[in-house]
Amino acid sequence: MLILECPHCGIRAEETELAPGGEAHLKRFGPGSSDQEFEDYMFARKNPKGVHFERWRHAYGCGKWFIAARCTATLEVFGTYPAQTAAPPQHIIDAVKTRRPGWEGYK
Amino acid sequence: MSTRLSCGGRLIDRRAPRDFSFNGKKMRGFLGDTLASALLANDQMLVGRSFKYHRPRGIVAAGPEEPNALVGLGVGSRFEPNQRVTTTELFQGLTATSQNHWPSLEYDVGVVNNYAARFLPGGFYYKTFIHPRFAWKHVFEPIIRRSAGLGKAPIDRDADRYEQAYDFADVLVIGGGVAGLQAALVAGRSGARVLVLEQTAHWGGRAPVDEAEIGGLTADEWIRNAVEALEGMQNVTLRLRTMGAGVYDHGYVLAEERIADHTPADGRPRKRLWRIRAAKVIAAQGAIERPLSFAGNDVPGVMLAGSVRDFVVNHAVAPGDRTVVVTNNDDAYRTAILLVEAGLSVPVVLDARAAADGELPRRARAMGIRVETGRGIASVKGGKRVTGVAVCAQAGQGAVLETIACDSVAMSGGWSPIVHLWSHCGGKLIWDEVNAHFRPDPDRPPTGQDGQGIVVTAGSASGALTTDAVLRDATNAAGGTDAPEAAVPQEAPVAAIWVMPQGAGPELRAKMWLDYQNDVKVSDVQLAAREGYTSVEHTKRYTTLGMATDQGKLSNINGLAVLSQALSIDIPQVGTTTFRPPYTPVTLGALAGEARDDIFQPLRRTPMHEWHEAHDVEWEPVGLWRRPYCYRRPGETSHQAVMREVSNTRTNVGLLDASTLGKIIVKGPDAGKFLDMLYTGMMSTLPVGKCRYGLMCNEQGFLSDDGVVARIDEETWLCHTTSGGADRIHAWMEDWLQCEWWDWQVFTANVTEQYAQVAVVGPNARKLLEKLGGMDVSKETLPFMQWQDGTLGGFRARVYRISFSGELSYEIAVPANEGRAFWDACVAVGAELGAMPYGTECLHVMRAEKGFIMIGDETDGTVIPQDLNLGWAISKKKADYLGKRGQERAFLASPDRWKLVGLETLDGSVLEDGAYAPAEGLNANGQRNTQGRVTSTYFSPTLGRGIAMGLVLRGPDRMGEVVEFTKLDGSLAKAKIVDQVFYDKEGAKQDV
Amino acid sequence: MLFEGFAKVADAGPVGMVTLRAKPGAALDAALGTVPGHRQIAGNVAWMSPDEYLIFVPYADVAAKITELDTALAGAHHLAVDVSDSRAVFDITGPKAADVLSKLMPVDFRTLREGEIRRSRAGQVAAAVWRHEGGYRLFCFRSVARYVFGLLSHSAQPGSEI
Repeated sequence: MLILECPHCGIRAEETELAPGGEAHLKRFGPGSSDQEFEDYMFARKNPKGVHFERWRHAYGCGKWFIAARCTATLEVFGTYPAQTAAPPQHIIDAVKTRRPGWEGYK
Repeated sequence: MSTRLSCGGRLIDRRAPRDFSFNGKKMRGFLGDTLASALLANDQMLVGRSFKYHRPRGIVAAGPEEPNALVGLGVGSRFEPNQRVTTTELFQGLTATSQNHWPSLEYDVGVVNNYAARFLPGGFYYKTFIHPRFAWKHVFEPIIRRSAGLGKAPIDRDADRYEQAYDFADVLVIGGGVAGLQAALVAGRSGARVLVLEQTAHWGGRAPVDEAEIGGLTADEWIRNAVEALEGMQNVTLRLRTMGAGVYDHGYVLAEERIADHTPADGRPRKRLWRIRAAKVIAAQGAIERPLSFAGNDVPGVMLAGSVRDFVVNHAVAPGDRTVVVTNNDDAYRTAILLVEAGLSVPVVLDARAAADGELPRRARAMGIRVETGRGIASVKGGKRVTGVAVCAQAGQGAVLETIACDSVAMSGGWSPIVHLWSHCGGKLIWDEVNAHFRPDPDRPPTGQDGQGIVVTAGSASGALTTDAVLRDATNAAGGTDAPEAAVPQEAPVAAIWVMPQGAGPELRAKMWLDYQNDVKVSDVQLAAREGYTSVEHTKRYTTLGMATDQGKLSNINGLAVLSQALSIDIPQVGTTTFRPPYTPVTLGALAGEARDDIFQPLRRTPMHEWHEAHDVEWEPVGLWRRPYCYRRPGETSHQAVMREVSNTRTNVGLLDASTLGKIIVKGPDAGKFLDMLYTGMMSTLPVGKCRYGLMCNEQGFLSDDGVVARIDEETWLCHTTSGGADRIHAWMEDWLQCEWWDWQVFTANVTEQYAQVAVVGPNARKLLEKLGGMDVSKETLPFMQWQDGTLGGFRARVYRISFSGELSYEIAVPANEGRAFWDACVAVGAELGAMPYGTECLHVMRAEKGFIMIGDETDGTVIPQDLNLGWAISKKKADYLGKRGQERAFLASPDRWKLVGLETLDGSVLEDGAYAPAEGLNANGQRNTQGRVTSTYFSPTLGRGIAMGLVLRGPDRMGEVVEFTKLDGSLAKAKIVDQVFYDKEGAKQDV
Repeated sequence: MLFEGFAKVADAGPVGMVTLRAKPGAALDAALGTVPGHRQIAGNVAWMSPDEYLIFVPYADVAAKITELDTALAGAHHLAVDVSDSRAVFDITGPKAADVLSKLMPVDFRTLREGEIRRSRAGQVAAAVWRHEGGYRLFCFRSVARYVFGLLSHSAQPGSEI
């Protein structure tokens, strides 16, 4: 059972206090988008063995959404940060690169 | 015979006798006995029958690795099957019964399987019960179910209480032997927060049994000092009788504490499941001795050599008068020496190795014990009890050299570290050639949150097999440097010998047990190898090796060794099977914890719950809420009650507890814009004081929730959701506000439970409110689809004029603390107006009569609002709303969708819920095509006939057409497609 | 509701509570006087999330408090609502009060400081807890008050001390 630190309130919350929200940093495609764009937005999800960015809500706590960068294979957590951003902050990218030098980036 | 020795026994208190019974036979033991030692003290060697062949089985081990000696413990509401006698503490009045035999332990007819053994080889389940097909259900399965399985499941409700608890530690030490204690001392002195768990009732593990000397003290003295020192440390917590069951991700550890197993019915919880978070786990669980595979190694009286010592030293119990020791290592000589010192006879030590010149063998010889090297056991004599052994040359094929009479055999195949906790979360193992065992590879530990190792092993769990090495390893594991010295005899290495004799033929191999509990023999594993099973995981499942409740603690390594020999590859290449939690079985009660009876799940109750309870309510679960389904009067059926409630509400006035309805406040400069995105309709233009019905869809366009929105002031809206939907919709709002439109100025608050809400519904509704008095509720002041704040009968109230029934209707929200009083007031003033409470079923009938949809009935996650003729609630002016793009997908815009219609049976009967309308032809799977299904169906007392709504292929274009729907009895019901509104189509009644 | 086991579990009765949602800033400082830090309770104000505070007042004073906040924050984006009736409040007191809560909440009570509020879960429902007069005070949603009282009394039964 994972422990993730909520970047909003500082609690190191265990998984039962959190609600998962799937892949992070999706770009929404609404009316006017092509079928392909909409399909990708709606259904095409990454499922990497390795570095992954995913949304979590501190549901049994401060109620805020945040993003965790972690390794799906080893469950190592590289960092968490508030969800109010379109891309991972630099310090998170640096933390991932330190631990996974061959990592190709989050896109 | 096995017997109690006249002196010794470091754990028993001879002044405290304890009476117990086994299969109804009265027996006596002492405080400090395990059930195993007490049974042996009473010469009860035979304790059970094996799983497949029903062979007589006795106690093999002294700890949790015991495969055979499982009993049913207790009676009635405190009965529990499959309890290991070796880990059961004896208490006054203990009742145990043996398992897996019929009619009795001594005479079991199932033993015929033994003679049919050649027809029950490895994989027999998969080979035998295939044809004829009908025989599985009627012949094979009933027989297997009766003969398989171990204990019987309890029948009575468990009388005990269980609980769980959380704990946190910097260092969690699992295992309270000398390694665990030493590691705890080092960690404790460093100031870390330390938690130490020991599965038995005693500290110190096996060191005192093996007469270890630590720092010039006896093991017992050293242990006493260590425990005292640890107890004196504020930062250290010690827990006995607590078994570390599993290590999980990020240092999460489950442990089971046996609080009152040995003191039943003393008022304490029986067990407690610990949920521990540890920054570092030190696994100091010790090692388990391996059996040797020789013919008849399962006859009662054949035991592990170390366990024999445990019984002698700890409980002063000797498993036999004449014990033959058979070994491939030096350690087993301790058993021979100890038995002789205790005045018992050891006719011979059979050592499979060519030479035995270590300190211990020399000492044994010096005591006059006969030692034969290069020898093994060809077969064990005896049925329900060992009577002797046939000796052979280890190198040969089993020709008998001599037969030696004995009543017990102490065997040792070497020791394997307990690697379970290391392995649970991904720790890797390496094969140790010298000690012939798998041990943890310190360079490949299980890793945690930061990618670093979270488990280290200490002591013999690391593969250290002598006391001095154990203490050094434990000290290092905890980050220390100064380990106490221990004097140990020099031991020669173990020989990697698994099968005895080396060249045993099929006859012997078919009597060599690997897995005692599941009855898997050397021959079964060899057969699996011949049949092509090369993966150890497949072989395990094919033969069931290691799949019993002991999870192969004894059989694992021997099984691997046999498989590797059969495949002619090295053991490390075969690898191990996966170690999964729990280490030993955890009782289901502990896993359930407190979640039983009234607190099984959090039932949500409205402020009026107690009133409903007092008025013959029938409950309906709605999410976790309990809502009144109907209120039965004396002599009424539920259906009659519902019919009465509908008629009364349509004629007089009904009262509904609507408190469960979700209520979410949305406020801010961008709140209108936000709600326009959330709802399909336009909410930003809703005037203050008015209400509007709204639909919410997910991004795929499918309908997800509905409810009435009220505009409170310029910046504030109140959104009603479905009863089950409040939390979900609130989370949905926050998701979009936090993760997509975080620059929009909108705040939300879920105030569902702040208010009690009462629907006053029916022609007399206004009169009832007027009798309460306090505000003007006339049509002119408070028209349909508007709301107002005021007071009613002295209560602060917000009154909405909305209707889900088609009647004149008010929904009144009051502060929840006043909800019950307000409800009482409504009931009281309503009495002379014919007011009756009504439940959710009446609500459903009335809304169906009006053709109103219900989320979850008309919707199932694949239905868009357009399917439900709700296009009017979708704004055509908006460029975007959640779900708009999804609804534009071609298959959702198709005219061939199933759409909502009303359905009227030709004979007035009620259609069956969920019934399908078959269509011509078959689909790709050979099933009947369908063209529609019933979504809501009721008997309408208002119309005196069955009414229904359903989704039908191009339904609205087929008005008047008759369609057939399936019935459970196989026949078909004819129904005409009609408008979905059955009652008051103009909507005149609600707008008065 | 009252249960006396190895710790005492008692319904604290009506407690006035106002949820205030507002972003930190000068307007908030002025309205609250002291704005508590992360997860702290300062005076009668508890920090609930980066833009949410819970203000404790006597039950009868809630409406006045909301008016006061609305006035003080006029012009600043905020939301102040009465949540008093939507909550149930329990006091768990006695030297071993933490044992009761340790059975229900994934919270390390040994490190929960005086004046710190911890939002988490108790059993299967949301709850918030802090040190309070000889023990702890806990609140949950009112609809699950009976469930939470059941949890607390089950956990406080004599003989089940940790």
